Amino acid sequence: MERDDIIEYSLDAHHSEEEGAKIRRNIWMVTLFLAVVTTIEVTLGAYWKDWFDASAWNMIKWTYVVLTLVKATYIVMSFMHLGDERKNIRMIILAPYAFFILYLLYIGLVESNYVHQMWEHFL
Amino acid sequence: MAGDASKALSNDVLWGGGRSPFSISYGKMMMWFFLVSDALTFSGLLVAYGFVRHSTTESWPIGEEVFRALPGLTGSYPLIYVALMTAILIFSSVTMVLAVEAGHRMDKKGVIKWLFLTVIGGAFFVGSQAWEWSHFIHGGGGYITTNQGVKYWVHNDTHDTHDPSNAAGFHLVPALEGHYLIGEEGAHHLDHEASMKLWNDRANYVDGANMVHNEYGPPQYANFFFFITGFHGFHVFSGVIINLIVLIMVIKGVFHRRGHYEMVEKAGLYWHFVDLVWVFVFTFFYLL
Repeated sequence: MERDDIIEYSLDAHHSEEEGAKIRRNIWMVTLFLAVVTTIEVTLGAYWKDWFDASAWNMIKWTYVVLTLVKATYIVMSFMHLGDERKNIRMIILAPYAFFILYLLYIGLVESNYVHQMWEHFL
Repeated sequence: MAGDASKALSNDVLWGGGRSPFSISYGKMMMWFFLVSDALTFSGLLVAYGFVRHSTTESWPIGEEVFRALPGLTGSYPLIYVALMTAILIFSSVTMVLAVEAGHRMDKKGVIKWLFLTVIGGAFFVGSQAWEWSHFIHGGGGYITTNQGVKYWVHNDTHDTHDPSNAAGFHLVPALEGHYLIGEEGAHHLDHEASMKLWNDRANYVDGANMVHNEYGPPQYANFFFFITGFHGFHVFSGVIINLIVLIMVIKGVFHRRGHYEMVEKAGLYWHFVDLVWVFVFTFFYLL
């Protein structure tokens, strides 16, 4: 029996040829961007010692973290289309995850700092 | 995308019942929920890695010193192989998103083409990882420690790790603290006689990597390498299988009859997630 009270959201996702061309251009732009960022990361990893002295490592480390987050944002928002979804679903996915990961990072850093100090004092 | 997701709807309509307030289908929402929980698993692994690395007082191996080999080539190519693996995975992510786009236009031929390329890219990545594991496990010659705890790298021409002292060109190189230094420029190479004497008096000999010890650094280093890249590699492998099944269904016209290609989109979400995890593994395991 066919039910007529179910909304088929999947059918909403269709788009026309012209819209498709626009979306494809966007996809290739994001691809180019991700490739450039990855190239920067690898070049920095391989050659940073030739360009900077050892004290720059901290700065480079944070550059990596920021570039990674930028890449992740583009993958999630563009490739996974989360940027095109409703704000409701975006928030219900990102907010709990952000909350848990911040907690996890906090507890990981605090505890590992403590353990590190213990090793240094008692070994 | 077009349709309900970008349409302005009043809250009465959205939350009034009878429809999804998120304007997405059940299957897609559940895929997202699964991905969030899977992301937390990977976060747990990476934070555990960070925990051990941060708490240890031993020196930790450096990515660009450990991973610098290319198949069939000698010499040092720091991180190039991992970068190629990353490029393959990002490329297969792009073909996947193009398959999804083709599906939105009901372009069956386009979906088949891009999905096929995605499967090929995924298979290449799994193969690359197999080579990397093999290289990591076999190692570059290993090291010995003397009874005084001094560490020497083992060198020989054939990279024979079963009986290195009988292989041609056998000699030892004193190790520098905190570095994985095989083939390092300016290293002090001992002559054969002195090397044989140290070799015969060695306290232990470690070569390659296993779960107990490895030549690169603390045991946890190899353990995390196996666990994190292994868990990710298993995700890639299952992603390839899922994509292959979806590809067969596309070829048989299942989704065309259904009127939409949402299954490609859902498989795509999983596939992009695998790529996303690799971006983080690449940074936190190989680069930092």
